[in-house]
Amino acid sequence: MILTTATAIGLMGLACGGALALAARFLSVREDPRVERAAELLPGANCGGCGYAGCADYAKAIVLEGAAINLCAPGGGEVIGKIAQLMGVEAAAAERKVALVLCGGDSGNAPRRFAYNGVADCRAAHAVDGGDKQCRYGCLGYGSCARVCPVGAIEITAGGLAVVHPGVCIGCGACVKACPRSLIRMVPVSRTIHVLCSSRDKGPIVKQACKVGCIGCTLCAKLADNGAIAMDGFLAVVDYDKELTNEAVVEKCPGKCIVQRSMEGATA
Amino acid sequence: MKTLRSSFKVPGGVHPDYRKQATRDKPVQVMPLPALLRVSMAQHMGAPAVPTVKKGAVVARGEVIGKAAGFISAAVHAPTSGTVKGIVDAPTAGGAVAPAVEIEPDGRDRWTDSLKARPDWRNAEAGELVAMAAAAGIAGMGGAGFPTHVKLSPPPDKPIDTLIVNGAECEPCLTADHRLMIEHADAIREGACIIRHILGARTLRVAVEDNKPEAVAAMEKALGGVEGDVAVVVLKTEYPQGAEKQQIYAITGREVPSGGLPMDVGALVENVGTCMAIRDAVVDGRPLTERVTTVTGTPLARPGNVLARLGTSYADLAGFCGGLMSPAAKVISGGPMMGLAQHSLDVTTSKTTSGLLFLSPDEVEAFTSLPCISCGRCVEACPAYLMPCEISRMVEAEDWEAAGWYDVMDCIECGCCAFECPARRPLVQHMRQGKAWIMAKRREQREKG
Amino acid sequence: MSEAENKMFLVSSSPHAHSGATVQRIMLDVILALMPALAVSVFRFGIDAARLVVTCVATCVIAEYLCRRAMGRQAAVNDLSAVVTGLLLAFNLPPALPSWMAVVGSIIAIVIAKQVFGGLGYNPFNPALIGRVALLVSFPAAMTTWSAWRIPAPLGGVEAVTQATPLGLLKTSLSTDGSMPYAFNGATAMQFLLGNQNGCIGEMSALALLVGGLYLLARRCISLHTPLCYLATVAVFAAVLYVVDPARNMTPLFHLLTGGLMIGAIFMATDMVTSPVTRKGMCVFGVGCGILTMVIRKWGGYPEGVSFAILLMNAVTPLINRATRPRVFGTGLRNA
Repeated sequence: MILTTATAIGLMGLACGGALALAARFLSVREDPRVERAAELLPGANCGGCGYAGCADYAKAIVLEGAAINLCAPGGGEVIGKIAQLMGVEAAAAERKVALVLCGGDSGNAPRRFAYNGVADCRAAHAVDGGDKQCRYGCLGYGSCARVCPVGAIEITAGGLAVVHPGVCIGCGACVKACPRSLIRMVPVSRTIHVLCSSRDKGPIVKQACKVGCIGCTLCAKLADNGAIAMDGFLAVVDYDKELTNEAVVEKCPGKCIVQRSMEGATA
Repeated sequence: MKTLRSSFKVPGGVHPDYRKQATRDKPVQVMPLPALLRVSMAQHMGAPAVPTVKKGAVVARGEVIGKAAGFISAAVHAPTSGTVKGIVDAPTAGGAVAPAVEIEPDGRDRWTDSLKARPDWRNAEAGELVAMAAAAGIAGMGGAGFPTHVKLSPPPDKPIDTLIVNGAECEPCLTADHRLMIEHADAIREGACIIRHILGARTLRVAVEDNKPEAVAAMEKALGGVEGDVAVVVLKTEYPQGAEKQQIYAITGREVPSGGLPMDVGALVENVGTCMAIRDAVVDGRPLTERVTTVTGTPLARPGNVLARLGTSYADLAGFCGGLMSPAAKVISGGPMMGLAQHSLDVTTSKTTSGLLFLSPDEVEAFTSLPCISCGRCVEACPAYLMPCEISRMVEAEDWEAAGWYDVMDCIECGCCAFECPARRPLVQHMRQGKAWIMAKRREQREKG
Repeated sequence: MSEAENKMFLVSSSPHAHSGATVQRIMLDVILALMPALAVSVFRFGIDAARLVVTCVATCVIAEYLCRRAMGRQAAVNDLSAVVTGLLLAFNLPPALPSWMAVVGSIIAIVIAKQVFGGLGYNPFNPALIGRVALLVSFPAAMTTWSAWRIPAPLGGVEAVTQATPLGLLKTSLSTDGSMPYAFNGATAMQFLLGNQNGCIGEMSALALLVGGLYLLARRCISLHTPLCYLATVAVFAAVLYVVDPARNMTPLFHLLTGGLMIGAIFMATDMVTSPVTRKGMCVFGVGCGILTMVIRKWGGYPEGVSFAILLMNAVTPLINRATRPRVFGTGLRNA
């Protein structure tokens, strides 16, 4: 009885296995082996920063559609180099970039101007009466950026300010698109001096709205060497392509919005 | 002239507490000139006007201080004579910031005579009258603020045969249109006839809800001598009986196609206030410089219907009505169903400020939302036959294509769904999010292809 | 004016008015609507009914509270939905059921059928029915052990000898010798209407349940569509069967008054979360439940089919919602 059952099941198994083997042989889809190799080389975070639907999709695009090989920010120079080798092309090295929220207005610095009651999403809050922060350019702190971050690198502090942890950030850029006030900027990891303000309002208005806002005094632009900080209207903007060595801008800033902060950190 | 009693029931719809008793029987009061008027360039739908005066300029009442910027835009005029104190960036009722001209009244209220009156408008060409409406800066005063001269210029392949004058005023608390109909029925009639003449419309209907019997009587009397297919239609009191597309359906039986405009079915709807403004522009040569606003609410000392110049701050309006006797928890520009909540009383009145409502702390509570319990009350209440609960779910999940599939673009943002929702879900906010995403996608695609 | 300006105004998206309805109020109305049936069952079964109701409600509430704590989510107990689940589950249990089984059923209903999916609003199946069906399948003997009647039957009515439910009697007697268990006449009908029949503690008195149903209709907690379509479908189906073979089928009135149909049609099939949102959808749902109930009663293995019928229809509710989407204003034109 048991023997019959065992034989029957065993034969069925053999038959199925054989069929599968034949199918794998004769019915298999011919695929360029480089697609699989490229997918292995990519970090596998599936963050979508490259603009494709995950690493496997990007790998296929690189090999079969000739997509640019330097779109993977989390992978960085190392991965780009290896893929360049695989595809037999030149690699363009780029410095790793991480996200930085250009705002320092937490509840201690930047007051709210009304009690907002509604969807706890920055885009939604921004649409209701212009957002509940006195500063109409500042971080609303409802976490839209934190929610899209694939690696949880963004923290909304107790004071309601979004802060990126550079060591965790993989540089995919999803948060940049999520912020309705375009507060997040991708900065090279080597840069340490940053203007943490995005307010384009005139000085007196900024002073009422935030304790650490840029008042447009242009002192930093003058102090910074080789134009590393330039004025865009009433806002000081750092040009990260240039090297900024005059660290005096940090103490001299009357608005207290320039900080010295390392973008390095243990990579994820 | 006939009076038609419509038994039309708005599809869905709700019955909020109307609370019009406080102001419905109070005649319109004319507010004296405040110390400062701040006239926004963004008082209408479309591109904001561009200021045409500089600091220090002396202006007369009705003088152009902002010119229309583009096809869908409107001119802005000085509400009184005085000196321009400056051009500032001022907040609007919607929360955006737009340029505004600050004028210090000189007290003489001198009119300009730049707009030539045309009391014999029956002999005028439609084009000339439309140009007068444009020169007068008239925009839809029911709340949308669509530039009237654009609305009165439908393309030749879309003739209008029915003009509907909207006196429904379905929003709770508001009584401005109600008082206009009682006190200025003749002016509204003349304005309606001017528009009818411009459009060549055969049929004229004046829509009023049945909770305004005095207004019905006044309009019946005023329309008595008007020739042709003219009628006052008495609609059942329900919110949102004043919604344009639903009203056209109620009166003509025609449904405006989704994504289309009333002119697609040969109809046009104008608010009673807009009709009056057209009459003032054409017959008296007076551009739009003031409007009636219902200022009301329990914390307010003397609620009333106030005729105030455009650019009057909400603080001054409240002050004219005796100020607040008790703290207000919420301030709304407009009515409670579709109005815009304000965070400051420094905002000034515009062409579309139909109401200023103060809510006391016990009339208002900060709500917390629960997940949707699929009770279906929103589906029942929606006048556009949508499924707000499903759209809301899709928006929360950020499944924007699905929200579009559920026709979020057809939402008229009337608020009936959120009014009924026992889970206090922010349905209208979700609708707006869905629409914003879809419009951004459409813009992206237009720019690409 | 300075008073107003010192405090921040509340700002939200429109609308700024609300009907005042809350989930809690709806649940409270359901609890009130179940009170007549509770009164009848306590009157009939005394301490057993009270024991089961208290056990189920308490377990449901505690289970929900602990579950939410453990999941790190906001407390949801004061929306009273756990109380409603507990009551409905208790009403679906036979009076002699041991308390520990009621506890197991309650935990399954709340934890597995509700909280695992995310809590109120996210569950696809009616939690009370899942609890009942889980118990029925796990403890079939205990779940089909009925108590003896406390009150003797009136003259002309059914004798108080058996310990089976009317539907149970029907199935067993039809399958053993193909005969009807008793004659169903006016007196029996009145007896069933008033609650003088055997069964689960909540399903006996059609009258008490109807009174509760009318209250829910008046309070707009339920709409007429689902219960009406459900009961009408059962009546029509039963009528057709009766006309075809009166010797082996009971009249429609019998089917309407016995088993869990009344409580199912009025309280379970109308559970908002698990039933369609559109009016048309509710009708489809009711008809579907009716057909499935009769099919199970007539040809299925179980004497009563209401629980399974409703659960099966719960499964297709999302499809029904999509299929019965109303025509949006301005589409599919109806121009004059």
